[in-house]
Amino acid sequence: MTDSKYFTTTKKGEIFELKAELNSDKKEKKKEAVKKVIASMTVGKDVSALFPDVVNCMQTDNLELKKLVYLYLMNYAKSQPDMAIMAVNTFVKDCEDPNPLIRALAVRTMGCIRVDKITEYLCEPLRKCLKDEDPYVRKTAAVCVAKLHDINAQLVEDQGFLDTLKDLISDSNPMVVANAVAALSEIAESHPNSNLLDLNPQTINKLLTALNECTEWGQIFILDCLANYTPRDDRESQSICERVTPRLSHANSAVVLSAVKVLMKFMEMLPKDLDYYGTLLKKLAPPLVTLLSAEPELQYVALRNINLIVQRRPEILKHEMKVFFVKYNDPIYVKLEKLDIMIRLASQANIAQVLAELKEYATEVDVDFVRKAVRAIGRCAIKVEQSAERCVSTLLDLIQTKVNYVVQEAIVVIKDIFRKYPNKYESVIATLCENLDSLDEPEARAAMIWIVGEYAERIDNADELLESFLEGFHDESTQVQLQLLTAIVKLFLKKPTETQELVQQVLSLATQDSDNPDLRDRGYIYWRLLSTDPVAAKEVVLAEKPLISEETDLIEPTLLEELICHIGTLASVYHKPPSAFVEGSRGVQHKRLPGSAGSGESVESPDTGSAAGVSDAPPAVIPSQGDLLGDLLNLDLAPPATTTGPPPPTSSGMQMGAMDLLGGGLDSLMGDESEPPPIPLRTDTPQSPQLPHQSPSPPDYSPTELGGDLGGSPAMGAGFGAPPAAMPASFNAPVSGGLDDLFDLGGGVGMPSGAYSPPKSIWLPAMKAKGLEISGTFARRAGVVQMEMTLTNKAMSVMTDFAIQFNRNSFGLAPAGPLQVLTPVSPNQSIEVALPLNTVGPVMKMEPLNNLQVAVKNNIDVFYFSCQYPISMLFVEDGKMERQVFLATWKDIPNDNESQFQIKDCHLSSDAASSKLQGSNIFTIAKRTVDGQDMLYQSTKLTNGIWVLAELRVQAGNPNYTVSLKCRAPEVAQCVFQSYEAVLKN
Amino acid sequence: MIHSLFLINHSGDIFLEKHWKSVISRSVCDYFFEVKEKAVDPENVPPVLQTPHHYLISIYRGKLFFLSVVQTEVPPLFVIEFLHRVADTFQDYFGECSEGVIKDNLVTVYELLEEMLDNGFPLATESNVLKEMIRPPNILRSVVNTLTGGSNVGDTLPTGQLSNVPWRRAGVKYTNNEAYFDVVEEIDAILDKSGTTVFAEIQGVVEACVRLTGMPDLTLSFMNPRLLDDMSFHPCVRFKRWESERVLSFIPPDGNFTLMTYHVSSQNLVAIPVYVKQNINFFETGSCGRLDITIGPKQNMGKTVEGLMVTIHMPKVVLSANLTATQGNYTYDLTTKVLVWDIGKLNPQKLPNLRGSLSMQAGAPKPEENPSLNIDLKIQQLAISGLKVSRLDMYGEKYKPFKGVKYLTKAGKFQVRT
Repeated sequence: MTDSKYFTTTKKGEIFELKAELNSDKKEKKKEAVKKVIASMTVGKDVSALFPDVVNCMQTDNLELKKLVYLYLMNYAKSQPDMAIMAVNTFVKDCEDPNPLIRALAVRTMGCIRVDKITEYLCEPLRKCLKDEDPYVRKTAAVCVAKLHDINAQLVEDQGFLDTLKDLISDSNPMVVANAVAALSEIAESHPNSNLLDLNPQTINKLLTALNECTEWGQIFILDCLANYTPRDDRESQSICERVTPRLSHANSAVVLSAVKVLMKFMEMLPKDLDYYGTLLKKLAPPLVTLLSAEPELQYVALRNINLIVQRRPEILKHEMKVFFVKYNDPIYVKLEKLDIMIRLASQANIAQVLAELKEYATEVDVDFVRKAVRAIGRCAIKVEQSAERCVSTLLDLIQTKVNYVVQEAIVVIKDIFRKYPNKYESVIATLCENLDSLDEPEARAAMIWIVGEYAERIDNADELLESFLEGFHDESTQVQLQLLTAIVKLFLKKPTETQELVQQVLSLATQDSDNPDLRDRGYIYWRLLSTDPVAAKEVVLAEKPLISEETDLIEPTLLEELICHIGTLASVYHKPPSAFVEGSRGVQHKRLPGSAGSGESVESPDTGSAAGVSDAPPAVIPSQGDLLGDLLNLDLAPPATTTGPPPPTSSGMQMGAMDLLGGGLDSLMGDESEPPPIPLRTDTPQSPQLPHQSPSPPDYSPTELGGDLGGSPAMGAGFGAPPAAMPASFNAPVSGGLDDLFDLGGGVGMPSGAYSPPKSIWLPAMKAKGLEISGTFARRAGVVQMEMTLTNKAMSVMTDFAIQFNRNSFGLAPAGPLQVLTPVSPNQSIEVALPLNTVGPVMKMEPLNNLQVAVKNNIDVFYFSCQYPISMLFVEDGKMERQVFLATWKDIPNDNESQFQIKDCHLSSDAASSKLQGSNIFTIAKRTVDGQDMLYQSTKLTNGIWVLAELRVQAGNPNYTVSLKCRAPEVAQCVFQSYEAVLKN
Repeated sequence: MIHSLFLINHSGDIFLEKHWKSVISRSVCDYFFEVKEKAVDPENVPPVLQTPHHYLISIYRGKLFFLSVVQTEVPPLFVIEFLHRVADTFQDYFGECSEGVIKDNLVTVYELLEEMLDNGFPLATESNVLKEMIRPPNILRSVVNTLTGGSNVGDTLPTGQLSNVPWRRAGVKYTNNEAYFDVVEEIDAILDKSGTTVFAEIQGVVEACVRLTGMPDLTLSFMNPRLLDDMSFHPCVRFKRWESERVLSFIPPDGNFTLMTYHVSSQNLVAIPVYVKQNINFFETGSCGRLDITIGPKQNMGKTVEGLMVTIHMPKVVLSANLTATQGNYTYDLTTKVLVWDIGKLNPQKLPNLRGSLSMQAGAPKPEENPSLNIDLKIQQLAISGLKVSRLDMYGEKYKPFKGVKYLTKAGKFQVRT
């Protein structure tokens, strides 16, 4: 006879039949009927219509029948509140029953009837039951307070039940204590600041006593409550730990984990040199290991928590690697967690074992798991340096399996290994390249492209490889497109001569044909970098990469501390703070680990391997950027070692504008420039003639090298002869010739490309400098300002140890590197030096504005001189304003700021003038012809972000031009005009 | 705390729901079904799931999902432990934990759930206590009940609920007083291709069956308790005495219970009772493979290895197996791709061997994975760790009980990689 018989009623009039049976006189029949009703209820049938009939059966002395009716009531009272009131009297009566079981049952059931009207009647019986002589009733009543609070919190507070509940923490019966704690904890969750569980040493003592005697569930509640307490000192902390430790041997894993939480938290306060501290550490390992032999669901939660524990205190489980080895029939969620912990525990001591295991896993069935295993091998290589070689060879073995997803995953991790250990394992690139065709996942493709780009100089056919990817550029995912763009730019910077077409292709694909703003922006940035400042481009694109951190997925330490306080909770499973996701607990308090009392310092957290360090504090270019010329005397005799590092990648002019604005010296210049000038977003096509023409050429080509290549360069334009004498180092010529079509340099017939650079003049006569003569000039080459000098030794002895420094000046010019005079200069020898400059030095307004004070030192003495630089070399490549912006700005600048100049004896046509000026980064935005007079509207921008707008009037047949300059900083107008004149007349 | 419970069968039907607070709609389970769909294998459904307003914590037992819904921050282990306890209780009451049996005993199940949890707080989970309140179904009793109008539900307060020994009811009486202990050890091991032990540990358990009159106080001592690395005890065991003297001192619950579980960790040398020589090959061409397995005795302390069985989950492409076994029978299940070789007793003079060919789907590529072998075995009268009970003493009662200890070693998760 089973309960299934209760379902076998005739379909017709089922409810009616039950109704009749419920009203039967026979007890037995009644009970059977109620059972049928309950059975229907459990499977979700609606039997609420029988409410009055079932409630009528409540007045019985048969306990089973009473319980069944109670079950029914709890389920349907909500939908029939008025009927439920009928039951109240019976409840109140039952609460007075001599049988404690019935009293408890009544108070328990009343709490479950979630009807407001009933709660009013509940208060009195509940108050009595909370003080009942029988602990069974008291403990049931304690839970009832929590139920009532859930229905009507205000009522519970008004009736003073919370205080009664607090008193129960001191009850003589451990079960009552445990239930009171549980109820209070639940209530406290909805009142985060109510201080309901006001823990003091006395209550803690009570709880610890109850802990030993209550049920396993009660132990969990008490332990979780204890974990919120902060001991006063390390002695109290130790004594609590001692009393909690036996819970580690409990059969219930939740008790064990809650005990681990308390211990992990209170341990923080113990001095590390204490013997007990070591003992405690040892005691923690075995129970954690035992948790892993439980059911898979328990294992999962345990593993998530162990993951936190090994991050906080790796020493606990460092010898237990083997228990995390994966069994083939573990559920996937257990496998993945185990793998994670294996990597965290991997060290030099156990790496061989770990690798052997990982290799085994890489042949498993489950694809996700295999992938993660392969990835884990890479992480081992990065974490344990000694194992890197073995890891790489393991990965190569795996690549040989040719299993598609294994190969792809291996390539992704090998990329990381390359980054961690540059110049060590590149010999495997050939093997990687063999698998190029099989890569179909974006991440693997991107990784492979990164490798090709990064090591372009070692891969003979790098350009072919990248080109092959380029064919389907638009079908690739964004990740691959971005990587491809970067890789080709890298390739170009490394092998500029052969890859212009490729770079042109990818830039136009990225900027013109793509709808993806990220890709477009990156394309434009590269383009601009390459065209304005290849040195900066090289520094940016080929910059030294920050080191890969050993543990990429370590939890951030403060979060980890908080999570340690939440061991065993949902937060610990999700590795998120409770405030981030627990809806029910409105405003959870953030928990923190207590500080260590004994040692005075907080416990060292495991090495977080922060990836910072590289990016901060780039080496200062000049060790001491002296305030005054006098400081220049302190020049070091040794070649400055600190200058070997790369200058900050922000040396490109256009980015410096905003920065220089901050410099104090140029107050008046900056007067109106309260905000950084708008950087026009270039939307024109690359073929448009306005594009800056400076070619992206590698700056470290020495002039002599290039001189040799010049004639033979296949890319060299036919129109190019020898470079003008004034530009001894115009190494950009051949490349720019080759790039003519790329940048479509307006015909370029006989037009000297490159910014105007005045001929060298003598800056420092030999007489004044004990035989050292310096003549020089300034030039802007490929976006970089250079100081080009001829040093001539007119003395009788060899000169060595050259160094240079600038005084503060109007535009913050400073050497971007040391003065490269590598060989000693013997008597009567001259050498040519090109010193790249940047504009990030200290700023001070000079008179005249373009004056520069320089100190040069050699083995003989320090010499000072000053010179003036043409301001045109500070005109940046992106100085072309949008038409609309130009108009608005022109109107916006007050007329007072306008100054007019005459340029005499100039015989260029307006077009030729425009083209010539553009060579010096003065851009023609529009041209108007009125009455045979051409009006050219031009803009230019200085390195510090000052915009200069100009109107150039050219009358056919009149050799005199008129220039009107408008600028928010009118001081620069004179210098700009001088540049106009110099550029147009040369 | 625990808000609701849903029982869900293999095919995804909810066949029972129980709410301890307000009613939560079944639709909350849709999130679970979604994940279950993705996981393919029911074993692979992650036990803790997050939905916008609830957390779903589930276990998978006996082809059923026990899915609980919680709304506040609750220790998930607490919920999982409780769910296992519910499953254990069903097992204990009805002999098995299956959809059929639960449906047959719906009202009892409902009463049990009501008694086990109050407002989401566990109330009575000890089997002894529950049985006093709700009697397990039993044909004789239902007949008697029908005749006399008696009830399934006890009407006194369960004595254990409040005493200092909540696990034991008062007034126990037996004519035959007996106390039996089973020391059962399971070997969890992973052996690699060459037979080297990659990892091995022992999970031990001392099961007790105690039927003693009155309030006996027992002391069980071992010859070599220091073998054990970690142990967990039934609440009845006095932990302090174990700490100081390494003896188990306790007032036992009445009937069957687990006295302690223990663990001998992988850092100790664990004896491996059998060796396995295996060779499973798949050929690049010809869509077939070869299998050759031999099992022989290793460290079995002179005892006989029985119940030997090898289970292999074959790659999906393996269509059939044409093998010869020198001992026992083999079966290959085409749908689950599981090869089972039931050997029985291991005869050291004539080692069992299984060999032959495997045929694969035509044209399918050679499988990439290597199937692992799962070994089952039993050794009677041996605890492989070497643990031995030295004596059992009883205090507090005057009679002389029958005492007995049995040992058994089994393979747990015993795997051989290929």
